[in-house]
Amino acid sequence: MTDTTTPLHGLLSGEPSVVTAGVGLFADALRAQAAQVTEVDWRPPMDGTEADLARVMADPRREEANRTAVSRLLAAGAELVDVRPASEALGMEKGVFFHAGPPITWDRASGPLKGALIGGMLFEGLADSPEEAEKHLASGDVTLDPCHHHHAVGPMAGVVSPSMWMFELRDPVHGGRAWCSLNEGLGKVLRYGAYGPEVIERLQWMANVLGPLLQKAVRAHGPVDIKAIIAQMLQMGDEGHNRNRAGTLMFLRDILPSLITADAPSSDIAEAVRFMGANDHFFLNLDMPACKLATDAARDVPGSTMVVTMARNGTDFGIQVSGTGDEWFTGPANTPEGLFLGSYGPEDANPDIGDSAITETAGIGGFAMAAAPAIVRFVGGDVPLALRATRSMYEITLDEHPSFQVPILEFRGTPSGIDVTKVVRTGILPQINTGMAGAVAGTGQVGAGLVTPPEQCFPAALAALAKAVPDTV
Amino acid sequence: MTDLVEVRRGAYYDSVSLMQVSRAVGAAPGVSAALVAMATELNTDLLAGMGFTLGEPVGPNDMLVAIRGEDEAAVDAGRSALDAALAGLKAAGAQAGGFGDAPPPRTLGSAAAVTGANLALISVPGRNAFVDAMDAVRSGMSVVLFSDNVGVEEEVALKDAAREADVLVMGPDCGTAVVGGVALGFANAARAGSVGLVAASGTGAQQVMCLLDAAGVGMSHCLGVGGRDLSSTVQGRSTRQALAALAADPATESVIVVSKPPAAEVLEDVQAYAASLGKPVHWATLGAGRPDLTAAVEAALEGEGHGIPQWPSWPAPTQESPVPGALRGLFCGGTLADEAMLVAAEVLGPIRSNIPLSPELALGPDLRSDSHLVIDFGDDGLTQGRAHPMIDPSLRLERIAAEGADPTCGVLLLDLVLGFGSHSDPAGELAEAVEGARKAAADGGRALPVVVSLTGVESDPQGLSACAKTLQAAGASVFLSNAQATRHALSLLADAQA
Repeated sequence: MTDTTTPLHGLLSGEPSVVTAGVGLFADALRAQAAQVTEVDWRPPMDGTEADLARVMADPRREEANRTAVSRLLAAGAELVDVRPASEALGMEKGVFFHAGPPITWDRASGPLKGALIGGMLFEGLADSPEEAEKHLASGDVTLDPCHHHHAVGPMAGVVSPSMWMFELRDPVHGGRAWCSLNEGLGKVLRYGAYGPEVIERLQWMANVLGPLLQKAVRAHGPVDIKAIIAQMLQMGDEGHNRNRAGTLMFLRDILPSLITADAPSSDIAEAVRFMGANDHFFLNLDMPACKLATDAARDVPGSTMVVTMARNGTDFGIQVSGTGDEWFTGPANTPEGLFLGSYGPEDANPDIGDSAITETAGIGGFAMAAAPAIVRFVGGDVPLALRATRSMYEITLDEHPSFQVPILEFRGTPSGIDVTKVVRTGILPQINTGMAGAVAGTGQVGAGLVTPPEQCFPAALAALAKAVPDTV
Repeated sequence: MTDLVEVRRGAYYDSVSLMQVSRAVGAAPGVSAALVAMATELNTDLLAGMGFTLGEPVGPNDMLVAIRGEDEAAVDAGRSALDAALAGLKAAGAQAGGFGDAPPPRTLGSAAAVTGANLALISVPGRNAFVDAMDAVRSGMSVVLFSDNVGVEEEVALKDAAREADVLVMGPDCGTAVVGGVALGFANAARAGSVGLVAASGTGAQQVMCLLDAAGVGMSHCLGVGGRDLSSTVQGRSTRQALAALAADPATESVIVVSKPPAAEVLEDVQAYAASLGKPVHWATLGAGRPDLTAAVEAALEGEGHGIPQWPSWPAPTQESPVPGALRGLFCGGTLADEAMLVAAEVLGPIRSNIPLSPELALGPDLRSDSHLVIDFGDDGLTQGRAHPMIDPSLRLERIAAEGADPTCGVLLLDLVLGFGSHSDPAGELAEAVEGARKAAADGGRALPVVVSLTGVESDPQGLSACAKTLQAAGASVFLSNAQATRHALSLLADAQA
């Protein structure tokens, strides 16, 4: 209840409700008077950030800028409007590859990214053998560029080549567009760094059969509301990053009539439906660009301290912030902790990789873990851990999502819009759910688990935000 | 009959929640029919069946709101009920507690969001205090900023942000506030009543509230503003807001402004502002040639038609007579130290101090001098890395012992402040030190009169008269009025007798 008629919001008209930070003695004294008191679990901010924090917190633009950024993030819509080859959708030419995470060169690339690029060369017919592919890639006669620089996102290695077919999503509210490749399934797949013959064959089938079929179906169906599916999948046990089972089935349900009536052999349609239905992560490549639309809508608000990108290339973890344009703030990627497939173990895992942390950036994935208690088994955790993960993210976010809700938390909206200042002040790092790729090129997936960004990204971003604060008179 | 049909896009709620919302809207006064539902085929049919007309294309991910009322006012009531019900759904989430407690909030802002608190008490290290105070202000909370070592530019920035947000920043270095009967930081359990305090001074405010209490007069609120608020840099920013708030508060009939020596031009401006508020405002602002706090309280009591009591005092158990040597004032309260110096300087002339009335009187880092001196052990310079002497008295206790053994020490003048936040048995420790010092002096062939200014009320956790008697038993003379205590100490100095 805010009181607008008396000064100080009516502070003097009743007993105050008090929050304390600092000396515990004062909170004890308040409790001794039976006053309403909440004690903050205060910690000093990350090392050496005091001056930058003070400057940024004093920035008169900050609050309004963050309100603008986060309201755009929450308001953005996401509709699947088309499926097209990357050459056509993104104007890519042969010899150009997009990849996940911040910019990187071949010599610094990790195993899974190298493997995926080798696979991409083979798939595009630019090399006849992995060795030849590697020679080309090492000699620098191919162009590497982050997906994020082209309104695109790619899970894991995130390699996109011109012949791959892309989902094209549109934000009907702000008019933005975003792209993502089609999901290959799990195990030995390109995005996990595998490039064996079965990987290339699958990619070819996806480009020759699945992509064109989906294009026919989507064009016949009209826009598919992806944001609405995300809202509902969260109430069906998915969090949109490591669990996409309900989302996949709902998408299939929506698109199935148009697939069946598409002008194509029924055997192809059956194979496409089987492929999508058998891949619990098919929807990941739809919710990622949906999240990309939301975060892109929130970019470039001067003074905003909201994170608009978290992405990893397998070597570096990078973030971008609304108030600092296209600048990347990077640190060495951590290695996830979790469960392993078969006989793989922690020593086989590559450091964190992929653009899929765009889901957490937009308020789902690890931030919606409480909606997906089934996946806490990835870390040998329990259901309370899932709830704690989501609840602790409210400490570092600007708002709660009006559409994405968590039933077990009384339908509370997911924590959305990571605030750099809150991360630096609390020391709480964003919680990311992720898959794990084998460190050796060609291995494929070795497991799945949980990871956080390297701490240093945030003080670095804060320093840039502090520099960007205009000197007041 | 008035129909309202609107479509809210991008808001998704499950059907069960929306059935509850529909029921709440339907129950609003004058509403005869209501439907709040997602626009599925089923629900759009239902809407048509109820006789509502839908003027735009909708999809299953849009939320339909349809309200039929007997008139415009009924529809408005329905709409209010809808907003309240939707807000209720949101609030239920914020309070959700399944599977154990939510982790405690880590910032003031998040605590405010969860609890709706309206007041923050901040005592984090000074270098972090600005960030947390700004967070609290921007979250719509007034702030008691106990932390010291906050820069004056930061103080001005905070207070400007506070005025914009219509909240009050009390501080920095604000040790004392009482809001709506709740004491924050160091404050006394003084009786409730109709006098509001605005205090640019912590122990000064405590002295005033205790004198009022002794006169049988109660306090409505005590709003701290920070010791620098009436300086020429800060310009009384918080004082003005506090005065305006007390002027609008029905429980407050008159106001006393308590302050360390203010900047003359700022005081003049603030006094002119106070005169426009329509409630009597009295001034207990210390300074050379201005009344001491006790005199200011007496004037305020007279002005409000109250009698002036005999201020409580407890004489020393043995006859005291004037002694040679210098005045040694060892204080925990900065304003009490200031007041003692102002009172004593009129008789003794210049007094050395770590918080001197003029710069040339500053003590060196060893805080030693053979002449008259007053030390404030609560000064920033002596609290770095240790708690305030009202919590941790060890530094002052050591110095009391040293004065006992110092032949140049004539009379020892001490303060002791009771109340919430203070040491739980301060009188016992101090009495022991007093006894020790008097014994050391006696061993050296000197009499050492000790005078204690005791700020407290009977209802304080430590109890005023119990503490007074403990100190009295140790050989001290004890006064509730700090000014009276100082004058008594002067009367025992042979040098001061004209």
